[in-house]
Amino acid sequence: MSFVEYGDTIKDGDTAIVFLGHESMFPVKVQHGTVTQTKYGVIRHSTDLIGKKYGSKVTCSKGGWVFILHPTPELWTMNLPHRTQILYSTDISIITMMLELKPGSIVCESGTGSGSLSHALIRTVAPTGHLYTVEFHQQRAEKAREEFREHGVEHLVTVTNQDVCKNGFGVSNIADAVFLDIPSPWEAIGHAKSALKAEGGRICSFSPCIEQVQRTCLAMEEYGFTEINTLEILLRVYNVRTISLQIPDLGKTAEDNSSSGFDSSNPSHQGSPCANLQQGTVQFKSGVPLREVVGHTGYLTFATKS
Amino acid sequence: MERGPSPRIREGDCAVLKRGDVFKAVSVLRRRKIIFEKQWFYLDNAIGHIYGTTFEVTSGGNLQPKQEVEETTTEAKEAGTDNRNIVDDGKSQKLTHDDIKALKDKGIKGQEIVQQLIENSTTFRDKTEFAQDKYIKKKKKKYEAIITIVKPSTRILSTMYYAREPGKINHLRYDTLAQMLTLGNIHAGNKMIVMETCAGLVLGAVMERMGGYGSIIQMYPGGGPVRAATSCFGFPKAFFDNLHEFPLSQVQNLLCGTLRAEAEESALLQEESNGLSEEKQQETEEPAAEAPMEISPAEEQDAVDIAAGDVECKENKEKENKDNVREKQIKQWERRKKLKEAAALLREKNADGLIVASKFHPTPLLLSLLEFVAPSRPFVVYCQYKEPLLECYTKLRERGGVINLKLSESWLRNYQVLPDRSHPKLTMSGGGGYLLSGITVLLERGSADCSNSEALKVEEPSSKRCKLQDLPC
Repeated sequence: MSFVEYGDTIKDGDTAIVFLGHESMFPVKVQHGTVTQTKYGVIRHSTDLIGKKYGSKVTCSKGGWVFILHPTPELWTMNLPHRTQILYSTDISIITMMLELKPGSIVCESGTGSGSLSHALIRTVAPTGHLYTVEFHQQRAEKAREEFREHGVEHLVTVTNQDVCKNGFGVSNIADAVFLDIPSPWEAIGHAKSALKAEGGRICSFSPCIEQVQRTCLAMEEYGFTEINTLEILLRVYNVRTISLQIPDLGKTAEDNSSSGFDSSNPSHQGSPCANLQQGTVQFKSGVPLREVVGHTGYLTFATKS
Repeated sequence: MERGPSPRIREGDCAVLKRGDVFKAVSVLRRRKIIFEKQWFYLDNAIGHIYGTTFEVTSGGNLQPKQEVEETTTEAKEAGTDNRNIVDDGKSQKLTHDDIKALKDKGIKGQEIVQQLIENSTTFRDKTEFAQDKYIKKKKKKYEAIITIVKPSTRILSTMYYAREPGKINHLRYDTLAQMLTLGNIHAGNKMIVMETCAGLVLGAVMERMGGYGSIIQMYPGGGPVRAATSCFGFPKAFFDNLHEFPLSQVQNLLCGTLRAEAEESALLQEESNGLSEEKQQETEEPAAEAPMEISPAEEQDAVDIAAGDVECKENKEKENKDNVREKQIKQWERRKKLKEAAALLREKNADGLIVASKFHPTPLLLSLLEFVAPSRPFVVYCQYKEPLLECYTKLRERGGVINLKLSESWLRNYQVLPDRSHPKLTMSGGGGYLLSGITVLLERGSADCSNSEALKVEEPSSKRCKLQDLPC
């Protein structure tokens, strides 16, 4: 397995995802002789994991079972250990498309942070592209390098420990795209421009605050970027639920015994509520929004180097 | 590491014209008149320039690279503080319609016209600086005929299609498409199954993210897949070597092991003749409905051929007929071979992912096509409407073999960012469609995979499942 290539069978050294149920999963480093504790019991790597197919069901010692999944950048994003606030797949998706990334692309990124976006970028530019990622925090940079090694992608990425605002990305005139997720992106626009290829390179800056966005847009204009465009994207998730609503008792007229005006016994329309006269309820399927959703992550500003 | 030279506009390319937020895809052909944003021009002069170059339309309809002109900033800009005294009586512009037309006819550049309008406006200097800015932007947009020629990409084509021809792509908004590509973990080396009726846009997007590595099997309804948008991407020929197609009408057969090439053949031919007439109708409708491609070179060639050959017609007709029959036989053989190849790939049941984005109800598509996907792989279904996905979700739960099901919709908002004038833009897309995504797992027939607590529930048997015995094709 690797994060850029699918494998069929679980091997020693793989990073696999243990799926316990709705919204409950965690990553695990597969190793001969090790065991992993779950609420359903113990998983023994040597017997339960190694050699099994990804997607298999594994029964744990207490009898409950889990699924073992092949890692993907998206699953990694949901399960990685946070060292910083991370970008989630919704933002990552639009960033990837708007930066026009594809196999062979050369991308520069700062800051590396917890490596959420980094893994997604590496996956997209593989096998012939490269990610140059800059992180000014020494331990985070080192941890990132370690993770890329463990995940079998170190040949596709270069981690540099420096301040991008002072020293840039370490490359010039070759990047197809640059991504900035730093507190003061306007200070790095000049460096971004010199890292980008001569014509047609794309840049993206992610900032939570509108004031940052304003300064960044101004800097982009000053450096001659065109097609400057700011947007935000949010994901609305729906839970699929079967809902039963009670039919109110509006009483009966003195004479007839028919039910109140609502004709709940008409089965002819497709998809119409199916009635349950005895209990006086109507059932239907609904996509119910969550009670609390993410309302804001950050503003994304894109531009083109002309 | 050296990068190659920036790509240049070549004859025969599919290029995208851009003016502000408006895009249009055209074929780059000499001596072909193009209409775009109320402008008429020829692309001849653009050939050889780098993609991304901005041009001006000269009188005579020729393109000329726009010179970088220094924006003349008048120093002490005279401006007002608010609009309490500005009365909109429609008389503040002293230049008449005819005056402006005369300027245009004289060949005066757009920038100069804008300058004239400003000087002849009685209320301009009373406007606030912001209002002046807005006024200038508006006039520039109208009178400065500048066009940028950009290289097609998923970003550009998906934005263009959503703005121009959303009906052709089932109102799939570009950010929703972006979600699909990421949720589906589309990357180089995958073996993808794609089922779409979005004019080939989704297929093109998948191909772009795979970079020519791996393989794609496109499932199609009717006689053949529509790939109008795919050709806009300008992929190298090699990308198409590993692009296969398979008719939906044979999926049931394939699943039940009753697929036979010969029987399939005649069925295909039947569908093709129906499909072709359907497609020809589509093609002729397209130019009227503002097709992204201007007249296709093939159609033009046909027209030329018909005009030329009148005299030799009768003589050659007999020979032609013989050639035609032989050609047909070769084509038949090739088609049969391709069908076998695609069927063989599908039968392996080890696809790395499934993408569905069509006008059809998603449930039957998912229930059947998921059979061809390996375990622990993502799948994404797009539907313009939410309700069919509710049903799909339910049916998938009953089927089992899928986890992490998620029904979602993405919400997108564009912003205007200017000093002291930053705010979301005034109009927004009301909806960009819905996605149902999930991950496959090893399917144990007759058991639910939802949760441990439900494992004890007796699962109702799936009545229509066929035994998967493969008969030789």
